[in-house]
Amino acid sequence: MANTLVLDFERPIVELEKRIEELKSFAKERNLDLSEEIDNLQNRSERLKREIYSNLTSWQRIELVRHPQRPTAEELIELIFDDFYELHGDRLYGDDPALIGGIALLNGEPVTVIAPQKGRDTKENLERNFGLPHPEGYRKAIRLMKQAEKFNRPVITLVDVVGAYPGIEAEERGQGPAIAEAITVMGALRVPTIAVITGEGGSGGALALAMGNRVLMLENAYYSVISPESASIILYKNDDFAKEAAEKLKIGSQDLLEMKIIDEIIPEPLGGAHKDRVSMGRFIKEALERNMNILKGLPQEKLVSARYERFRAFGKVKEDKL
Amino acid sequence: MFKDLFRSKPKYVTVRPQKQTDHLEHSEKKEIPGGLWIKCDKCSNILYKKDLEKSLYVCPKCGFHFVISAKERITLLVDEGCFSEFDSEMKTIDPLSFPDYLEKLQKYQEETGMKDAIITGLGKIKGQEVVLAAIDYNFMRGSMNTVVGEKIVRAFELAREKHLPVTIVSGGGGGARMQEGVFSLMQMARTCQAAELHSKKNLLFIAVLTQATMGGVYASFASMADIILAEPGALIGFAGPRIIQQTMKQNLPEGFQTAEYVYKHGHIDRIVPRPFLKDTLANLIAWHRR
Repeated sequence: MANTLVLDFERPIVELEKRIEELKSFAKERNLDLSEEIDNLQNRSERLKREIYSNLTSWQRIELVRHPQRPTAEELIELIFDDFYELHGDRLYGDDPALIGGIALLNGEPVTVIAPQKGRDTKENLERNFGLPHPEGYRKAIRLMKQAEKFNRPVITLVDVVGAYPGIEAEERGQGPAIAEAITVMGALRVPTIAVITGEGGSGGALALAMGNRVLMLENAYYSVISPESASIILYKNDDFAKEAAEKLKIGSQDLLEMKIIDEIIPEPLGGAHKDRVSMGRFIKEALERNMNILKGLPQEKLVSARYERFRAFGKVKEDKL
Repeated sequence: MFKDLFRSKPKYVTVRPQKQTDHLEHSEKKEIPGGLWIKCDKCSNILYKKDLEKSLYVCPKCGFHFVISAKERITLLVDEGCFSEFDSEMKTIDPLSFPDYLEKLQKYQEETGMKDAIITGLGKIKGQEVVLAAIDYNFMRGSMNTVVGEKIVRAFELAREKHLPVTIVSGGGGGARMQEGVFSLMQMARTCQAAELHSKKNLLFIAVLTQATMGGVYASFASMADIILAEPGALIGFAGPRIIQQTMKQNLPEGFQTAEYVYKHGHIDRIVPRPFLKDTLANLIAWHRR
């Protein structure tokens, strides 16, 4: 893609690819056979890609999930589900464009889908408030979760959110209580719940939508109690150490899988979800189908108790007197 | 002296407030050298420490509520000697092996005599049994980690089993504790779920929000109580005022995120000055007895 933003660590790949293009047009112009050299360079480019993209640091992965071309919730919904009717409003205050939800078909079966929605450009981002939900967003989510429960529909959330919006009106309308209620309601739903952290899993604003029987995560996504920038400010009084904080907080998918915070990593196409949207959609769909098949067989009581036990386990402490 | 109070068998003791540490941004007890006098943060009057003790650390001149420790809080609320602490030895496993965390914890442990930021236990308020918890703002700003979360979960589970009401006094100004990362975040999930299971048994949960109740504490169990009380002037909110001001370039209205402000916007039931807290709790608990 010509106008794709190139991240610093991707420069060597882009430069090599540029050289290959130059060589190709040179060969064509002069009518020379340089196919052997071009093949060599192309092999090198493939090796380089594999080497760079499979050794990403925590920070580089964060750069990838913040990439402006990363597929947003709307695009993923279109790729994953057969059909989708968006439903609007919290019935209390308004309709939050930063959080979308509705009924979709997953392989012909109705499910409720809820997801924070970022914009794809500045104009969209202003409309979507950069995907930072207000309390009415979380209250819309709560309404749709209860609706799903009433009609025995599974709930699937796609979570890519820096955090809940920090603002005066958000506080006045009860950002804290709205998040608390979303956690509580989703945590006790009598239908299967699957959360997929697709990009940024920012603190309480993400957890409010991540009370899944299964919590899945895209390979490059992160899930954290605090952004690495804020952690750096707390630790070192400035945000110069965000890269270091990202490592120390263990917020990447591999660490979180090892700590059992998430159940499964969904692989991303080489170079990130935006490099091959169709494959990304297919990978997520496959993971959702597989996990839904397991959950669908469980009785309601078991779904509730298994979810309670899933989160109950994150309280390992020391109790001896030493 | 506090060791005696908080061992497993209830025992009668008198309690005097302990010397405070200075990790507070707001309403710390600023002692004037010599230790007999304290300056009020709000009205700047110099107060005689003995008087302040008698007034339960509420400024006699302006009504400002000083932060008190979790031990002082429990002493204030329970019938004399009627408190048996749970899990007093519980400590964090430092799940992320976060740099410098254990050293930091040790410092707070030495200063407060607590292992972590919360005390939970079974107490009696005017003769009525209640599972009581108090978060200590002096211990890493009362931030919620695995220990705070686990103790709250166990408190709710025990209360559910014994059909008892739960009262949590939160001074969780630090929200979810950064040093335990995503495990601190998970405590928001666990405490909400535990509160919900307790609630489904039609049992009473009263939250008392004190200076300060922010972030992950406010956005989890503290907001899920049947009745939410607050002390006057307590800072209550989701995002910190500085974050709102800095990142959103918004000027904050006067009294933003105080108990009075949150009350006006409909998020808490009552503001209760400290001298009336015990009676209020006792009555509310009594009226829910079955």
